[in-house]
Amino acid sequence: MTAAITIPTTTLRPSQRTIKESVTTREALSQITTLAWRALIKMRRNPEQLVDVTAMPVLFTVMFGLMFGGAVSGSTAQYLPTLIPGIIAMTTITACVGAGIQLREDMDKGVFDRFRSLPIARIAPLAGPMLADLARYAIAAGVTLTVGIIMGYRPGGGIPGVLAAVVLAVITGWSIAWIFMWIGTKARSAGAVQGLSMMLMFPLAFLSNAFVSVDTLPGWLQGVTRVNPVSHVVSALRGLMNDGIITAQVGWALLGCCAVAAIFIPLTVRSYSKRV
Amino acid sequence: MSTVIPQVERSGIDANEVGRDSSLASATTVEARGLTKIFGANRAVDNIDLTVMEGEIFGVLGPNGAGKTTMLNMLTTLLPIDDGEAKIFGYDVSSEGHAVRQLIGVTGQFASVDENLTGRENLWMFGRLQGLASKRAHHIADDLLAQFELTEAANRPISQFSGGMRRRLDLATSLITRPALIFLDEPTTGLDPRNRNQMWNTIRDLVAEGSTILLTTQYLDEADALAGRIVVIDRGRKVAEGTPSQLKSQIGTSSLRVQMAEDADTTEAVVLTANLTNATPVVSPTGSGFSVQLSNANQAADVLVALRNHRLDIANATVEQPSLDDVFFALTGHTSETVMTDTEASNS
Ligand SMILES: Nc1ncnc2c1ncn2[C@@H]1O[C@H](COP(=O)(O)OP(=O)(O)OP(=O)(O)O)[C@@H](O)[C@H]1O
Ligand SMILES: [Mg+2]
Repeated sequence: MTAAITIPTTTLRPSQRTIKESVTTREALSQITTLAWRALIKMRRNPEQLVDVTAMPVLFTVMFGLMFGGAVSGSTAQYLPTLIPGIIAMTTITACVGAGIQLREDMDKGVFDRFRSLPIARIAPLAGPMLADLARYAIAAGVTLTVGIIMGYRPGGGIPGVLAAVVLAVITGWSIAWIFMWIGTKARSAGAVQGLSMMLMFPLAFLSNAFVSVDTLPGWLQGVTRVNPVSHVVSALRGLMNDGIITAQVGWALLGCCAVAAIFIPLTVRSYSKRV
Repeated sequence: MSTVIPQVERSGIDANEVGRDSSLASATTVEARGLTKIFGANRAVDNIDLTVMEGEIFGVLGPNGAGKTTMLNMLTTLLPIDDGEAKIFGYDVSSEGHAVRQLIGVTGQFASVDENLTGRENLWMFGRLQGLASKRAHHIADDLLAQFELTEAANRPISQFSGGMRRRLDLATSLITRPALIFLDEPTTGLDPRNRNQMWNTIRDLVAEGSTILLTTQYLDEADALAGRIVVIDRGRKVAEGTPSQLKSQIGTSSLRVQMAEDADTTEAVVLTANLTNATPVVSPTGSGFSVQLSNANQAADVLVALRNHRLDIANATVEQPSLDDVFFALTGHTSETVMTDTEASNS
């Protein structure tokens, strides 16, 4: 057992290697998929990380449907077309918080040191998990939809409308997650990420038209909800799911998502590179 | 037992000296000038010059908090360099980090493999990340698992690995691309003697295969056994540099360590020993024993006999190779224990 470990392959001298100046797009994509694979394995082995996209949407849909249905729309059944798109938007945003927490936890582990010592694209350790998280947003939207249908929701937009809505929800989740990723690179601990993210997530989700009609709100609050990109996403989702139509809101929602991503991707990459 | 390559035994010293004498190509792999890192008011690495030649094992010896990890992190592009410059195979560490990262392998002080993955998955992932095709990555993973005796545990999650297994996997992961220069931060800390020996042999084999190794250690015997050249660092500064034999000649050949049965006897014993050896004994931090440099091993017998004649009871006595403490005392006038408490005090 004390035998020396023999290493047959001979070491390549630097002059025998081709040194590349930078990472090509193709290499970066391959690195991102590899790290997405890692994130998916991690998800599969820690199923408790999926609670926020499985149990939570079920809980919210049932709770809000039964509690507010009568008050807001007269009955649960009548409230569902308003509620389900709202809950889909809310649960995808809740799911985004996990992205920041996971990143912070990862950055505190030794494996991220190794990523940084490898000749890989700087963005790969960030983009890999983000790619894998698309699955989380799809699960969140799918679970909410299923519970809604069980409770009696019949989407007027049919299958194409519903599929388009899920795609929009996933795009929204992915873009907004960059805000939480940025928080993840800035905060001191995973606990701090959680706290800060909650403070941001609740106003984002609730100061919107997700659960109530904007007309019922006081004037100043109407102003806030109108500029909240989540309101546009919710309106767009309602158009797609209930009526099967692509409203101008879809355009605004996508524009909002692009803006968030355009601001927070560079911020996150910069803060990640500087950190640790 | 059977696979030890004979001529690489103690390759560090022998191979290097042969290399230098026969003027075989010895290009520099690491060239650092005035390397400095400042954390607040703490100069963690302070104006260090280093030159590591191709094919050698270069040891960085220092106690806790000396700045070993910080120095390695700068050389491996993990930490920005505050002052000075470093080149690796001619590439500037600060401005050509991407090239540097293609040429080095790094095994940090703490495990840097993924806890969520199995050993095989880890190796495959890091192979893929470094541009290997999937099949080839599997192939290399299996080879490395076999070489590091991890085949049996290959499909277990890392969380079930022992410390020694993790260490081996960590090193294996650094070898996927056969880097020409390998950084090892305290490769044997926490390993049992068997695993430590195995790690030493692995390191020697790597050099025999053509790699250059820069390793850090807290143990003089390890630096002595492996390294062709050593720098000793203390509070961020280089305090000595040379071959192990040069360093040892500065501090005597061996030392006698005595543990008294009664703490109260220590003072008298120290006085006696000082008179007999003409050296200054170092009292251990707990106060119940001391150690002293010997100019020859016979002095050990003289000291022990004298202690018995004075009816001073000895609990334990050993003659040892000089330890890091002895080196530090000889080089800096204080022991490494005081170094540690000083550094810790300056941090708080
Ligand atoms: N990120 C940091 N921020 C502030 N101070 C730091 C940081 N990293 C290290 N230090 C300080 O720099 C000094 C050198 O630390 P370093 O980890 O390099 O020592 P070391 O020689 O590797 O010690 P050990 O043998 O314990 O690993 C210590 O005083 C440490 O407290
Ligand atoms: Mg260290």
